[in-house]
Amino acid sequence: MIGDILGTFGRRVLSASEETGQFALLLRSTLGWMVGARIEWRQTMIQVVRIGIESSPVTSMTAFFTGMVLALQTGASSKHFFNEPLFVGTVVSFALVMELAPVMTAIVVAGRAGAAIAAEIGTMKVTEQIDALYTLGTDPVRYLVIPRFIAFMIVLPLLTVISDFTGIAGGYLVAHAKYGIPATVFWHDIVNNMEVRHFIHGFLKTFVFAAIVSMVSCFKGVTTRGGAEGVGKATTSAVVISMVLVLVLDYFATAVLNAFGIT
Amino acid sequence: MIDAESVVKSFGPRTILRGVDLRVETGETLAIIGGSGCGKSTFLKCVIGLHRPDSGTILVDGVDVTRLKTEADIADYRRRFGYLFQEGALFDSMTVWENITFGLRYLTDIPSGKYRRIASECLALVGLKDIEDFKPAELSGGMKKRVALARAIAAQPSYILYDEPTTGLDPIMSDVISDLILDLQQQLKITAIVVTHDMKSAYKVASRMAMFHEGTVRQVAHPDIIRISTDPYVRQFVDGLSQGPIKMKLKEFEAEGSSLAHGKN
Repeated sequence: MIGDILGTFGRRVLSASEETGQFALLLRSTLGWMVGARIEWRQTMIQVVRIGIESSPVTSMTAFFTGMVLALQTGASSKHFFNEPLFVGTVVSFALVMELAPVMTAIVVAGRAGAAIAAEIGTMKVTEQIDALYTLGTDPVRYLVIPRFIAFMIVLPLLTVISDFTGIAGGYLVAHAKYGIPATVFWHDIVNNMEVRHFIHGFLKTFVFAAIVSMVSCFKGVTTRGGAEGVGKATTSAVVISMVLVLVLDYFATAVLNAFGIT
Repeated sequence: MIDAESVVKSFGPRTILRGVDLRVETGETLAIIGGSGCGKSTFLKCVIGLHRPDSGTILVDGVDVTRLKTEADIADYRRRFGYLFQEGALFDSMTVWENITFGLRYLTDIPSGKYRRIASECLALVGLKDIEDFKPAELSGGMKKRVALARAIAAQPSYILYDEPTTGLDPIMSDVISDLILDLQQQLKITAIVVTHDMKSAYKVASRMAMFHEGTVRQVAHPDIIRISTDPYVRQFVDGLSQGPIKMKLKEFEAEGSSLAHGKN
């Protein structure tokens, strides 16, 4: 009984270690190819358009409603404590620009584009299309992984900036409609308190999130085993791991940025 | 010439190839026959460098694929091969002509302006036309196989490796594919290895045949010799009989399964 439990635990540890090692090798290979080889720019642009167009309506809508609910809660709380809705623009903009827009955009993109990438590459793996790439003289890391990695690095920061603006717009809508806050007051709340470094704080995090979501999605795709069931498992796994890692790394990225005074 | 010596390949605890010795002469078509899981496709993937053998050597025109270290060396080695995958492995997102010419960009210096014409020529060689702009999803199983064959020959390889080229096709289409393999061998003088279960196709296309069993080569001979082989394993396989030494493995498995079920282990 104890032997079985230890055996199962040991196998899981070994499997997790092996997977971590494979992930590190894929990351090394990706960075190695980017430094030393010709980049597939056509494929990269296709991915930029695909990820951007697929994800922008969802990320914008998510940010818009997040901004709305932030304004609603902030207004309600400050009315409760101060009898008037103070600093709604400040709270909405700080929360969105530094935290919520980067994190929520990364999570939505992981669920939308990350899942699509894992499913596409996973299907290619189980139907031998990855092997076909090798036999036709190219490396799947170069042809599949690097274009998606670069595309994420371009698209995620852009989507996050769009989310910043749509979220603030959503916040203003509620601040004005619900609490009667004029546009000038809402705007002054933002510009009087926010500095460029606050924007940079959130913006830099998006590169960490882009790297993790793209690499996890591609890794789960290229390591898919079995048939349709394997593709389903890889896709689910890619999304879950990406989302968890985004939240975990958000903490560490924030700590590092704070340590460097970018806060 | 392809010359494999003592090739061993394992995946985890499972040893698939247990010391394969096999030679394929230039210009010949060698058909590898054998039951499922006997290591035929694994051997093919070792030859093209998709799998690295645990031990042994595979010399192709004097180059030992097992000793190639860098990606560039392996990519250069693969230039001499065309590979037909079991299910075709066409790229879903590309059209037929993009599939056929995909490898030209990486394997040759041919200018991209000529790709479309080359695709049409390759399609003509496999008996197809006017489907250049179709997507793989719009093709039948037989057409997919022929497009995959056109892709395999587009870069004018010296060797073609066919992984079960007639599997999943109706008998007439299987015969069409066998004819194509023969035609290509005669027209392009390509050296080929054909992995197949289809004895009719194997007899038709092969200059020689090799019977694999449990990761070893059981017999290599001319098709006429294989046809009258006295080796019980070869005999059973070519006659397609359920009774014989190959069946014994299944019985052993059943016996093992039944003892496990009764907790005897």
